[in-house]
Amino acid sequence: MTRKQKKMLLRILVSAALLLALQFVPLTGLWRFAAFMVPYLIIGWDILYDALHGVLNGQIFDENFLMAIATVGAIALGLSGSGDYTEAVAVMLFYQLGEWFQGYAVGKSRRSISDLMDIRPDYARVELDGAQEETDPDEVVVGSIIVVQPGERVPIDGVVVSGVSSLDTAALTGESLPRDVGEGDEVVSGCINLTGLLRLRTTRAFSESTVARILDLVENASSRKSRSEQFISRFARVYTPIVCLSALALAVLPPAVSLLLHLPPQWGQWLYRALTFLVISCPCALVISIPLTFFAGIGGAGRCGVLVKGSNYLEALAQTDCVVFDKTGTLSRGVFEVTEVSPVHMTKQRLLELSALAESSSAHPISQSLCRAWGGTVDHRRVGEVQELAGHGVIAQVDGITVAAGNARLMEQQGIAYTPCTAAGTVVYVALGGVYAGHILISDTLKPTSAQALAALKGMGVKKTVMLTGDGAAAAQQVADAVGVDEVHSGLLPEDKVMQVERLLQQQTGRGKLAFAGDGVNDAPVLSRADIGIAMGAMGSDAAIEAADVVLMDDDPMKIVSAIRISHKCLAIVYQNIIFALGVKGLCLLLGALGLADMWLAIFADVGVMVLAVLNAMRALHIGKGDKQ
Amino acid sequence: MKKTYRIEVDCANCANKMEQAAGKVDGVKAAAVNFLTQKMTVEFEDGHEEKTVMQAVLRVCRKVERDCEIEF
Repeated sequence: MTRKQKKMLLRILVSAALLLALQFVPLTGLWRFAAFMVPYLIIGWDILYDALHGVLNGQIFDENFLMAIATVGAIALGLSGSGDYTEAVAVMLFYQLGEWFQGYAVGKSRRSISDLMDIRPDYARVELDGAQEETDPDEVVVGSIIVVQPGERVPIDGVVVSGVSSLDTAALTGESLPRDVGEGDEVVSGCINLTGLLRLRTTRAFSESTVARILDLVENASSRKSRSEQFISRFARVYTPIVCLSALALAVLPPAVSLLLHLPPQWGQWLYRALTFLVISCPCALVISIPLTFFAGIGGAGRCGVLVKGSNYLEALAQTDCVVFDKTGTLSRGVFEVTEVSPVHMTKQRLLELSALAESSSAHPISQSLCRAWGGTVDHRRVGEVQELAGHGVIAQVDGITVAAGNARLMEQQGIAYTPCTAAGTVVYVALGGVYAGHILISDTLKPTSAQALAALKGMGVKKTVMLTGDGAAAAQQVADAVGVDEVHSGLLPEDKVMQVERLLQQQTGRGKLAFAGDGVNDAPVLSRADIGIAMGAMGSDAAIEAADVVLMDDDPMKIVSAIRISHKCLAIVYQNIIFALGVKGLCLLLGALGLADMWLAIFADVGVMVLAVLNAMRALHIGKGDKQ
Repeated sequence: MKKTYRIEVDCANCANKMEQAAGKVDGVKAAAVNFLTQKMTVEFEDGHEEKTVMQAVLRVCRKVERDCEIEF
């Protein structure tokens, strides 16, 4: 509770006690009026002052104005006959109580969201001439040596100079499995050092470090307003004047009509109804709960490693019905691995061993994947003369045997009869002493969750999934079949991808949005062209973060599913709140106009709707297990 | 020059009004008020003293909300 809130609470309690006491004091006439004015002014002086202040500064028709008019009107009614001032004081009291509760609830929600994203380090431990000094992270120069003790947060991006430890990256990626790091590994800021002492050499200034960029993204996210938020602020702008005019009409028209029909005008009754109407009409539940819902949704998404750059993108995500994927690095891992070994007359292991050794002098990714698949360590003494034939492969002496390993052209050049393999990927044919010995297939492997993610997207109402790739048709089709996308376009250059996305955008109908997911490597133009650009595992790539609307902290395609699921939940809450708040308001306005609701009910309706709407908004923050998976 | 300040503002609608009002102050290039993070970001025009500009900003903000506070 802030100092302001404590003071307000005291005022509420004092005036409530006074009001209660006055119910038992038999006073009449002006004395009664004066007595009731004490609690009224205690609780309401600032409202009256603000209303006057607002009118003088050209800010009429705000909430203060509504409350001032309503209560002053009720007091005037009391003065002119009934002598009932309790209502005016009570209405002011409940209004202030509602405001107090709103301030308290919103403040608390705001803090719990900020705490969630509170990964800002307070200091960096800089090592200088053997001594350690705690410094403001902002002042640490690139290339400084910093020390991170177990339990501390890594303040600035850097490279491990010495030390071995495991890092908790949950705050960044939502991934609960700790990551092991050792000398030479890159470490991003925001992770928590769990076990050992680490010495890092910083590679970036604090303001460009991962943690500062994430905070910047999240804090600025709520300034990009969604359509629902814009609707609410436009709505609030026209709503208050309309309500004031309606209240005026309600106070004047029925009595005037009655007078014309020679009936008693009942001025008092209609004025009371008009005032009730004013009290009910406060639009605060809507005005506060919609931005709060988006803020909570963005905060909750941030916690599971999905950074949404604005409320508008969260809204667009919920309307996604077409998702376009880049292949390499998005659906597939972009790492080449041996996926098939078919020897002719020997064991698979032997074929792998010979070809790995033959290729061992080359730094090509293919030789590395052969070596990984074999699993042994290369003993260069076993490898004799090596002849590299560019664009064909190698011919090497391994343990005294002539091993030829390469593509079909190598086999043809050497005049070796071989069995062609048509599978997608890179095929390495191996011949021993001029006789064909089998082939090894190396291809890009799929991410384990790609197929699951695509199935989940279909289940969530995504109508079309498309895969774009620069690879050949055969490889592309194989991946497409394995993960289950609807449409494949292969052999594309980066600029072709932009054209494909533009074509798909033209095919979009209605309110459906198109999302493009890529790993950020040379697809920045496509990311910015799509309705929603999703960059995966892109914390290192500035261009991708700049161009993307949604940034996934790791490269798991299931995160796309989480992002859309969170957006659905958030938007559902927004619509619930709009409908609920407007519905209850509408009903109460009608009851008030008909004289079926008194001012007490009116103020309860106003405060109650607001509280429920704020509580509902907070649900967007809690991302359940089901939303994460 | 662009700077961020802590601001104390009680209602979401007032934050919007303050943003508009602060943007019109002499010496302010652009201003943004984030109600949920309670932060005000002001971009100053060159050749203006930060302190005097911020005093003017606080004055216009207090016109919107009497008890508004900005830490500068």
